[in-house]
Amino acid sequence: RAWAPGRLFTHNEDLRNLSLSGHVGFDSLPDQLVNKSTSQGFCFNILCVGETGIGKSTLMDTLFNTKFESDPATHNEPGVRLKARSYELQESNVRLKLTIVDTVGFGDQINKDDSCKPIVEYIDAQFEAYLQEELKIKRSLFNYHDTRIHACLYFIAPTGHSLKSLDLVTMKKLDSKVNIIPIIAKADTIAKNELHKFKSKIMSELVSNGVQIYQFPTDEETVAEINATMSVHLPFAVVGSTEEVKIGNKMAKARQYPWGVVQVENENHCDFVKLREMLIRVNMEDLREQTHTRHYELYRRCKLEEMGFKDTDPDSKPFSLQETYEAKRNEFLGELQKKEEEMRQMFVMRVKEKEAELKEAEKELHEKFDLLKRTHQEEKKKVEDKKKELEEEVNNFQKKKTAAQLLQSQAQQSGAQQTKKDKDKKK
Amino acid sequence: MSELVPEPRPKPAVPMKPVSINSNLLGYIGIDTIIEQMRKKTMKTGFDFNIMVVGQSGLGKSTLVNTLFKSQVSRKASSWNREEKIPKTVEIKAIGHVIEEGGVKMKLTVIDTPGFGDQINNENCWEPIEKYINEQYEKFLKEEVNIARKKRIPDTRVHCCLYFISPTGHSLRPLDLEFMKHLSKVVNIIPVIAKADTMTLEEKSEFKQRVRKELEVNGIEFYPQKEFDEDLEDKTENDKIRQESMPFAVVGSDREYQVNGKRVLGRKTPWGIIEVENLNHCEFALLRDFVIRTHLQDLKEVTHNIHYETYRAKRLNDNGGLPPVSVDTEESHDSNP
Repeated sequence: RAWAPGRLFTHNEDLRNLSLSGHVGFDSLPDQLVNKSTSQGFCFNILCVGETGIGKSTLMDTLFNTKFESDPATHNEPGVRLKARSYELQESNVRLKLTIVDTVGFGDQINKDDSCKPIVEYIDAQFEAYLQEELKIKRSLFNYHDTRIHACLYFIAPTGHSLKSLDLVTMKKLDSKVNIIPIIAKADTIAKNELHKFKSKIMSELVSNGVQIYQFPTDEETVAEINATMSVHLPFAVVGSTEEVKIGNKMAKARQYPWGVVQVENENHCDFVKLREMLIRVNMEDLREQTHTRHYELYRRCKLEEMGFKDTDPDSKPFSLQETYEAKRNEFLGELQKKEEEMRQMFVMRVKEKEAELKEAEKELHEKFDLLKRTHQEEKKKVEDKKKELEEEVNNFQKKKTAAQLLQSQAQQSGAQQTKKDKDKKK
Repeated sequence: MSELVPEPRPKPAVPMKPVSINSNLLGYIGIDTIIEQMRKKTMKTGFDFNIMVVGQSGLGKSTLVNTLFKSQVSRKASSWNREEKIPKTVEIKAIGHVIEEGGVKMKLTVIDTPGFGDQINNENCWEPIEKYINEQYEKFLKEEVNIARKKRIPDTRVHCCLYFISPTGHSLRPLDLEFMKHLSKVVNIIPVIAKADTMTLEEKSEFKQRVRKELEVNGIEFYPQKEFDEDLEDKTENDKIRQESMPFAVVGSDREYQVNGKRVLGRKTPWGIIEVENLNHCEFALLRDFVIRTHLQDLKEVTHNIHYETYRAKRLNDNGGLPPVSVDTEESHDSNP
C-alpha cells in the first residue's frame, strides 16, 4: 500500500456541508478499500534484536503458533549478521506475508563496537529499496513487496538490574528508524517483586537517555483505552514456549519446572498475551503506517538532502529535486558527449590511417609508373639511337655507292674519251 | 521513449522465498484483526472523491449529480436562471462538499464543465478539460516530489468522468467520439445516456447496442477498462457490466412523489410517474451502485495506479528525468542574492 486516503481539509477551502436526504451508499467505502487490500495480501516485517540464546526464535514460534524452521545459532559468530526469512500465513480470508529478521551473533563478540552497524544498514537498505522504486520512472508501487521493518522487538536480558550499555546504544541508534517495542525475555527467571522494580528502572533509563520507543496510539477512541492500559506494563515481560502441558483438562503452552508450571498465556505469569494483543491484534496496522509515514519519510528526507536536493527557500515555492536531477542529467549527458567524442576521434583516426595507407599505395603506383615511363623512354632513345646509326650507315653506304657509281661513270667516260682519243689518233 | 538506466538496487538480505505455513491448525493468532484495524483507520481519515460531469447544456447533469448524492450538490438545477448566459468557452467549475454517512466522511468534489459542446464551433473544446485533468496530476506530482512531504497529499485528481450522451436514438455524435477518444486515455470515463425517459425500451436497447459498437470500433476504452481487470472474478463481473449494462440509460430527479404508498424520486408526466430508482424504468440505480457502492475505491485506484503513473512517467521522461518546476519559482529563485 503506497497511498492511503487523505485527511479532510476543512480550512482554506470553500467546503459546504451537505445533509443527505436518503441513503447514498458510500458507507461501504471502508469495505471496498479493505476488500482490495485483502485480495492483495498484507506484509508485516518484524526485526528481533537480542543476544544469542535469549529466546527470539522461541518467542516468534509462540506468537505465530508455528514452528519456523531454524537451527539455533552458535556463539562463535565473528560479527553481527542479519538473517531474514519470509512466510505466508493465512487466517480466514487474510493472507499475511510475514518476514522475521533475526540478529545473529548479537552480543557475542568480545568487542561489540560494531554491533549496531549491520542492523542499521539492513533497515536503511529496505528504505533505500523502497525509495529507489518510488523514484523510478516506470514504477509499480501498488504491488511492491514491502520489506521495510514495521516493528523491532528489543530483547532485554533478565538481569534484574538495569539495561546494558549495548542495549542503550543500540536502541538509541534505532529509535529514529524503526518502531521499538522493548521486551524482557525469559521473564520466568525474575521474581514478581523484582520484576516491577526492573521494569521501572528500564523505563526511567530509556527516558533519561532520550530513547524514543514506540508509542501505542491513543488518538482513536476504540483503541485509546486498551493502549493506555497496556502501555503501563511496558516493557512486556515475556515467556515463550511451544511445548504444551496439561493444565486442568486443557493443553496449554507452558514451561514445566520441578517447582511448578509457567503458563505462557496466563496473564498472572507473564505479559505474553499483552504483547500479542498490542503487536498483532490492536496495532499491527498502526505499526505499518508509522513506518511508512514517519520513519520512511525521515529516511527519504535525509537521503534526498544528502544527495544535494533542496526543498524550499523561505519565501519561494518548492522546486525540490531539480538541482540534483539537473546535475545528474548533465553528468549523464556529459558522459554521452564524452563517449560521442571518443567514438568520433576513433573514427577520425581510422580514417586518417586508411588515408595514409591509400596515399602510400598511390605513391607506390606513381613511382612504378615513373619507373616504367623512364624505362620506356630509355628504350625509346636506344631505339632512336640505333635508328640513327642505321640511317647513318645507310647514308654512308649510299654515299659510297654514289661515289663508286660516279667513279665508275667517270672511269667509263674517261675510258670512252680515251678510246675516242685513240680513235682520233688513229685517224 | 527510452528510459534512463536505473541505478542498481541495493540487495536486501531477504531471501524472497516465502514458505507457506497453514496456521489454522495450531490456534488463533489474530492476524485477521488487521481488517478491523484498517477499517477503523480509514474511517478516521475520511475519503476524497472527485467526479466530473461533461455534456452539453440541458442534458440533466446537475440533476443527476444531485440524485446520485441525494442532496443539493449542484445548486444550478434547482435555480436554473434563464438569464444565465452560456459561457463562450468551456469553463471548469469545481465545488467541494463534505458529506457523511454511517460514520464515513467523504469530501466530494463535483467538477462541472459548462460550455462544453454549446458553441457553434466546438473544435477542441475538450482541451480545457484535458488541461484541467493534467493540472491535477501535476499538482499531485509536485507534492509527491517534495523533500518534506505532507502526511496525506491532498487529492484533487479526477477519479471519474461522467460523459452525457444525448438520447438521439441514432448514434454518437462526432463530438462525443472525439471527446471520449482523447480523454479515455487520461481519465476514467463512464458514458451515460441522459434523459433516457425519451426512449422506449426497444429504442433504448438498440441505441445502447449501437453506442457500444461505435465505442468499440473507435477503440474507446471506457471504465472499467478491460486491461485492468485483476482476476477472473473481476473480469466476469466487469464483462457483464461492459457488454450489457453500459452505457447506463438514466433519468435524474430531485422531486419526490407518492407511488404505491411510498415516497420515491421521480418525474411526473401526464402519462405516468417515472420512478428514478425503479430498475424497470431506468438504470439510475445501476449507475449509483456501480459508481458508489461497488467501484468507488476501484475508480480511485485506477486513477492513482494507472492514469497518474502514466502521466508521471511521461512527465519525467519528457523532462529528461526532471520533475516539474514552475516558472515563478525560477524567477524568485533568481531574485534571491
